[in-house]
Amino acid sequence: MKRITLILSTLILLLSACASQQTATPTGPQKLTVMTHDSFSVGDGVVQAFEQANNAKLVFLKSGDAGTTLNKAILAKNAPLADVLFGVDNTFLSRAIDADIFEIYDSPELENISDEFKLDPSNRALPVDFGDVCINYDKSYFVDKKLTVPQSLEDLTKPEYKDLLVVENPATSSTGLAFLLATVAHYGDRFTDYWRALKENGVVVVDGWETAYFTNFSASSGKGPQPLVVSYGTSPAAEMVFAEKPLDDAPTASILGPDTCFRQIEFVGILKGTAQRGLAEKFVDFMLSRQFQEDMPLQMFVYPVNQNAALPEAFTKYAQAPSQTATLTSEAIAANRDAWIQAWTEVVLK
Amino acid sequence: MAGKPNHKATETQRISNFSAPSVAPWLKRIFLWLPPLAFLTIAFFWPLARILTLTFNINTLSSENIQLAFRVLGFTFYQAALSTLLTLALGLPSAVLFARYEFHGKSFLRALTAVPFMLPTVVVAASFNSLLGQRGLLNNILHSSAFTVHPFVAILLAHIFYNTTILIRIVGTALSNLDPKLEQTARSLGADTFHVWWNVTLPLLRPAIFAACLLVFLFDFTSFGVILLLGGSRFATLEVEIYNQAARNLNLALAALLAIIQLVCTLIFSIFYTRLTARLVTPLTPRTAQNRRAKTLREKIFVTTFVLVLSVFFLLPLSSLPIRSLFRFEADRGQRGEVQYGFTTDYYKELFINRRDSVFYVPPIQATVNSLAYASATVIISLLLGFPAAFALARPTRLEKILDPLIMLPLGSSAVMLGLGFIISFGRWLTSPWLVPFAHTLIALPFVIRTLQPAITSIPQRLRQAASSLGASPREVWKSIDLPILRRATLAAATFAFTISLGEFGATLLLARPEYPTIPVAIERFLSQPGGLNYGQAMAMATILMMLTVISILIIEKFRLPNAGEF
Repeated sequence: MKRITLILSTLILLLSACASQQTATPTGPQKLTVMTHDSFSVGDGVVQAFEQANNAKLVFLKSGDAGTTLNKAILAKNAPLADVLFGVDNTFLSRAIDADIFEIYDSPELENISDEFKLDPSNRALPVDFGDVCINYDKSYFVDKKLTVPQSLEDLTKPEYKDLLVVENPATSSTGLAFLLATVAHYGDRFTDYWRALKENGVVVVDGWETAYFTNFSASSGKGPQPLVVSYGTSPAAEMVFAEKPLDDAPTASILGPDTCFRQIEFVGILKGTAQRGLAEKFVDFMLSRQFQEDMPLQMFVYPVNQNAALPEAFTKYAQAPSQTATLTSEAIAANRDAWIQAWTEVVLK
Repeated sequence: MAGKPNHKATETQRISNFSAPSVAPWLKRIFLWLPPLAFLTIAFFWPLARILTLTFNINTLSSENIQLAFRVLGFTFYQAALSTLLTLALGLPSAVLFARYEFHGKSFLRALTAVPFMLPTVVVAASFNSLLGQRGLLNNILHSSAFTVHPFVAILLAHIFYNTTILIRIVGTALSNLDPKLEQTARSLGADTFHVWWNVTLPLLRPAIFAACLLVFLFDFTSFGVILLLGGSRFATLEVEIYNQAARNLNLALAALLAIIQLVCTLIFSIFYTRLTARLVTPLTPRTAQNRRAKTLREKIFVTTFVLVLSVFFLLPLSSLPIRSLFRFEADRGQRGEVQYGFTTDYYKELFINRRDSVFYVPPIQATVNSLAYASATVIISLLLGFPAAFALARPTRLEKILDPLIMLPLGSSAVMLGLGFIISFGRWLTSPWLVPFAHTLIALPFVIRTLQPAITSIPQRLRQAASSLGASPREVWKSIDLPILRRATLAAATFAFTISLGEFGATLLLARPEYPTIPVAIERFLSQPGGLNYGQAMAMATILMMLTVISILIIEKFRLPNAGEF
């Protein structure tokens, strides 16, 4: 019993010590809370640059995957958890706009951003980065087997590519959903016919990107059975950056045929009800500025939207951006997402 | 026993034995229930009620949605029942093995069986796959690619892999406390081994077996990661469907409907359990049976078989983690098929480098310290809250019959929905690192209570009355009778709380975690981007987590509570 009392009193002491520590700095830097998804990353030096320039302290609130994060922001609308929300993508954008969680902000940095990314004309949600969901292939597999690399969605249903493709379930994976959307954009209502053909050609379905890439894909460390995987246009660059030994060339590349890739754009917005509007504006400007935009590619493996931002070498050499990506409006996605996923499930999984 | 005849031991005395005799019994009940109920109300019932009332909409009760709900419920129930039965089939003999026999490497093997319980599902799937997958170790050695497992079989295997430890700990504890004289007497009266088991041992173990099975069943019933990862997307439990509806479709009304169905089912199972066990309790003089080596041929076959089975089932998949973290399986570029094997410590070295200068980089030692600190705090909090509740539940009145099933509800509630409930109930508090051990306690508490309760029930009142009639103060009774009997159960409960906290069950869904990331958080971060180095680091981090668990469990088991030992 004595021990328990001892442990308890130590715990209480610790708790109170910490509590007093937190309240003891009333004149310190201003705190700015940024709500974001779990995949968010940023350089330490970049954060410090912002904090020092603005006498601020940044707190990043990682709130689950992109969908869960948006859910939480919408639910907490009346008592916002953060001042800024980053990570709403174009598949969820219309939900965020409809829920009216963002304040309008016409950032001066917007002039450096191409109009194709500004999907919200009211400037509640401002574009920060983009990336393409593309099919990656295992280069050496196709060399060894003397197979030509498929170039289009149609090619994937050909017999020579039987059993070679692994995709993610669109119901459980945003990567999988993006690829489904690419096929919807390309085939319209007939996308189920296409998936029926893919199924007959032995497409493998797994729950998420981690499994598809690390377990099923033959060019990853998992050494899986499939040489074709739905991943990102920047994945070959990541393979170079995170190689175990320095490599001469990326082991993978992306298929860049028309409509084979789906573009994802991520947005930032100032949350309604923030008490830090001024600082929040500065942070949004900062996210769109060159310093943040140039750090971002190697942190999250996405492309900057700011035209003046220079790309790192790994990107210019090994990452590939398709010339023609599949597109759907955010409204169409919001209205039909459920029905498309259900139709897909009926065809592919049943 | 000399002074007081037995019949004077009234209900009041029985209830009040474990605290000062001057306080009214109902007051004591309230005193016992106050901490755990206050905790559950604040951390569970209130946020859950708020999110469900906010999001539930009567219009979701369309025939289409109800059909969906029942289809999913059917599969959820089916796989959970099957998994529980299979886990029982492996877990019960294993519990006997650990509780009755002595053999080389026993503590290690027992600690090992607890490891899967806290490993992140992604890691378990990866380790199974690097061993049994089409290009895994086994097929590489055998030069074949024939070894594939049906997804439904994989789900069942994973559930057994995860939950066998629950049976080993809870039933094993009960078995260790059984008086061996009962079996000896039965044997001397001519009963053979089978009849001794069937007529004496098994009936006495029933409360513990039911408690363990309920926990296993609820874990399988709300299974999430295993189904997502190994089910190949063809299978969905209620929990998976709730996640789909809430996080993907943003259809919170349907998610709420499914969450309510899952809660009601959990409640029904728990009520069923409470009814079932109410009549089974047999207080016994607990006695520590001496563990011994197997003597007869039959015993030797039994021990050898199950040590082998457990070693193969647990050691093999788990050993693939350290192997993958130390060996490179690298194909030469351009020469696929020739896989090169090579020893490397690169992955471990890389853990210490913040290559991208990321603000979210976690030094491995820091992650380890964070994990250990949270786990220790969870042990303390869940024992402090669990003991009073377990004591009250051990001698149930009408109040306990109502409260008993409610204790289990946190295990049956959807982590996604509860997380959303936390958002609207606690708002900005969610960033506090001090809330993490409390979130872990929410899952650990049902385990702690269910582990302690059968042990407390088994303490014979005769013994305590005898002690107090001989002049022992309630405190001395507690120290000399309750505590020695409860030592094993307390250690088992502490182990559960510790491993649950290390594994971070769904806690990341409940809280926002800007500071103090733990090892599982670090593993998830590595696995979220391509590259061999990331994969290797995830394996290295998982190996560290695994070693940490084994060492911690071995230490917890060596830990002696004051005055325990001689009885």
